[in-house]
Amino acid sequence: MSTTNKPVKTTARPARSLAILGLVLIAMTGLVFVQGATSVRLGLDLRGGTSVTLQPRIAPGESGKVTNEAIDQAVSIIRQRVNSLGVAESEVAAQGSGTNRQIVISVPGDTGRRVVELVGQTAELRFRQVLARAVSTGAVDATATPTAGVSAAVNAKFAVLDCTKSENLQGTGADSPTEAIAVCDRSGTTKYILAPAEVLGRQVSKASASIDTQGGSAWYVNLTFNGEGTKAFGALTARVTTLAEPLNQVAIVLDGLVVSAPRINEAIPSGSAQITGSFTQVEAQDLANVLKYGALPLAFDRGEVQQVSPTLGADQLNAGLIAGGLGLGLVLLYSLLYYRGLGFVTVGSLLVAGSLVYLLFLLLGKWIGFTLTLAGIAGAIVAIGVTADSFIIYFERIRDEIREGRTLRMAVETGWQRARHTILVADFVSIIAAVLLYFFAVGGVRGFAFTLGLTTLVDLIVVFVFTKPLVTILSRLNFFSSGHRYSGLSAKSTGTLPVVKEA
Amino acid sequence: MSKLSGLGGRLYRGETSVDFIGRRRRWYSISALFILASIGALTLQGLHLGIEFKGGSSFTVNKANASIADARAAVTATGIPGELIVQNIGTDKVRVQTVALDNAQNNAVQDALASKFGVTTDSIDSQIVGPSWGKEITRKALYGLFGFLICVMLYLAMAFEPKMAVAAIVAVVHDVFITVGIYALVGFDVTPATVIGFLTILGYSLYDTVVVFDKIRENTRTITATSKQTYSQATNLAVNQTIVRSFNTSLIALLPVGSILFVGAGLLGAGTLKDLSLALFIGLAVGTYSSVFIAPPVLAQLREKEPAMIALAKRVNGRGAAPVVAAATTVDLEDRPRGPRNQPKRKGRK
Repeated sequence: MSTTNKPVKTTARPARSLAILGLVLIAMTGLVFVQGATSVRLGLDLRGGTSVTLQPRIAPGESGKVTNEAIDQAVSIIRQRVNSLGVAESEVAAQGSGTNRQIVISVPGDTGRRVVELVGQTAELRFRQVLARAVSTGAVDATATPTAGVSAAVNAKFAVLDCTKSENLQGTGADSPTEAIAVCDRSGTTKYILAPAEVLGRQVSKASASIDTQGGSAWYVNLTFNGEGTKAFGALTARVTTLAEPLNQVAIVLDGLVVSAPRINEAIPSGSAQITGSFTQVEAQDLANVLKYGALPLAFDRGEVQQVSPTLGADQLNAGLIAGGLGLGLVLLYSLLYYRGLGFVTVGSLLVAGSLVYLLFLLLGKWIGFTLTLAGIAGAIVAIGVTADSFIIYFERIRDEIREGRTLRMAVETGWQRARHTILVADFVSIIAAVLLYFFAVGGVRGFAFTLGLTTLVDLIVVFVFTKPLVTILSRLNFFSSGHRYSGLSAKSTGTLPVVKEA
Repeated sequence: MSKLSGLGGRLYRGETSVDFIGRRRRWYSISALFILASIGALTLQGLHLGIEFKGGSSFTVNKANASIADARAAVTATGIPGELIVQNIGTDKVRVQTVALDNAQNNAVQDALASKFGVTTDSIDSQIVGPSWGKEITRKALYGLFGFLICVMLYLAMAFEPKMAVAAIVAVVHDVFITVGIYALVGFDVTPATVIGFLTILGYSLYDTVVVFDKIRENTRTITATSKQTYSQATNLAVNQTIVRSFNTSLIALLPVGSILFVGAGLLGAGTLKDLSLALFIGLAVGTYSSVFIAPPVLAQLREKEPAMIALAKRVNGRGAAPVVAAATTVDLEDRPRGPRNQPKRKGRK
């Protein structure tokens, strides 16, 4: 191979690759406007909102229940419930794989608690006959007479059940439909023993909220059963209506808590029923929505609930931007002080990298719903350092080559051959880190990993098609090749000995 | 600045040289001391885990002059169990952290804080983490860590040589221990953001090491043919030649991280930015140290055990070469004029 050929070959290219890069940037900018993606989609931590992560609750030996279908079904039911809130840009998505899947719900704005309660309800609705009833005072009721036809365990649980304790008012949804149970009512004042369920939530075909205009302004929920439900509900009401108190009551149980337990005065064969229970309008509407869109196929635990007010969101966004500006400024300042003329290459390269990343944020937001979170901003800022490092590796290599006694034009090429390898290996390690973080992590960490990976790729592109060609072009300028004292390549800054050794 | 550049030139030619490899016992001792202190701190104090890992709730009220005492009184009155951590963040926020609570208790705490400070419940920033969720996060973080180490080791073994991969991983494990130790010792909160920062450092520390190793590989490529330097001497020269670069890349990486830390801790008081950048800041410093003082000596030690390298050392020493530093110097100066002539050989590689 000849050493003279190579520089000639590469020097023909730099202008072309710069031109291509320019065209790509212009094309991307055009695309941004064509697609109407003119603002970066911000995560909830930057603009305020509530995010809830739900984990399927897996009872021992039931891990097979958490199937992809069950999760997908849960996602679509929760999505309908969330959409009933009418907040734009709400999102419901599944994450993870296998039994280790979660559902992440993000709702922007000030909806807070309502979202949390709405999405978490499993909405397991059951109608059960009341077998025993007692006022729950908190004290253990040792004198209670055991109810006939119910196991000793349920009787014992009923005796000690304290409905004033909040842990007994959680609505765990853990009531088995085929067994008798001891439960509290929602308000925590009364406890019940209930017979096995006779009508189930899936037998409800319609639900709506209404206001009782006669009896004050109490909100209630209207239910319509399907054929199966109508028959079962008719049979239940016909059987209990002639019995004595409290056996003539039918409890409406939602997620393991008694919502109301109306006395049945006559058989109801019509296939409709009402749930009353001193609801507010919002509560009645939410309950109707929950019933209408169906019960979740799985019970869920709230893994994490995060509520960020718009004020904090704005603060975090500002802080991220200030940190980014400051970091970028310091890096540029240092490059200019240390590398003088070459420092401007760093400035230019970082600006190009910055524009590329920003355009990608815009486009990816449109295409794959990429949202920028605080962790993502941090990833981008950290990437400033990684990107600048690539230039330093290259510049130091050029200086090394000059120290070896090469001319600048030679040094730019041979230095590149070697720096290229180092940059590729080092960036590849960064990419491994980003990919692994993305697949192993949850929530905010993924945003960080994504931006880190994206910016590392951009770094590679910029180094190859911008920095290197630019340095090649600059090396032809007299300012640099003569080693001007402000070029960053003077004998003084490289520390090259002025003596010609060959002589 | 130009003084530093001039130094770069002298280091490159070996006129100024620090004996990184020969004094490895010193560096190892320093690191061993730190690692022992880390293990001690970990076993005695343990890590201060954030609520994301152990489960718990955190409520932040945005209200100027909100007092800790008021917040504590309001929350205590709700009768929730467990220990309360109440602190001011900046001048206009107060944060209450509790153990894992159920939904009703969370609502009660929010209501109590809202009525005490006269704000709406929706303006209270809250984070509620279930206990099993924390275990999940911890497990994933550990998977991520091990997966990363294994992948990088395989990759470096392919890109460089297996012994370089081993030395690089030794340096990374060293960084992990010392960084975790500092967290245990000082009692900084460990949050998922810390873990991210931490995993990023691992990448970064390797980045630094890769730069040094690349030069070592170049310097030792034809080492057995020339018989002028032992592997250790060539390695030492490589470390000296890359030290200015290592210093610059580390400083440039620290500048943005320092900005995040400054803004995160100064303006926001607490949260993702501070946790992330603190971990990065500490890790970067440790990572730079290990890429210069730990990874190359370990590599040299591993390679010097090879028969070819032992034979090489014999040949070099048989020439009656002076001590390591001087040898490196003279060799390189002799080599200097020949640099351009070596050119085609070097260009042979990609």
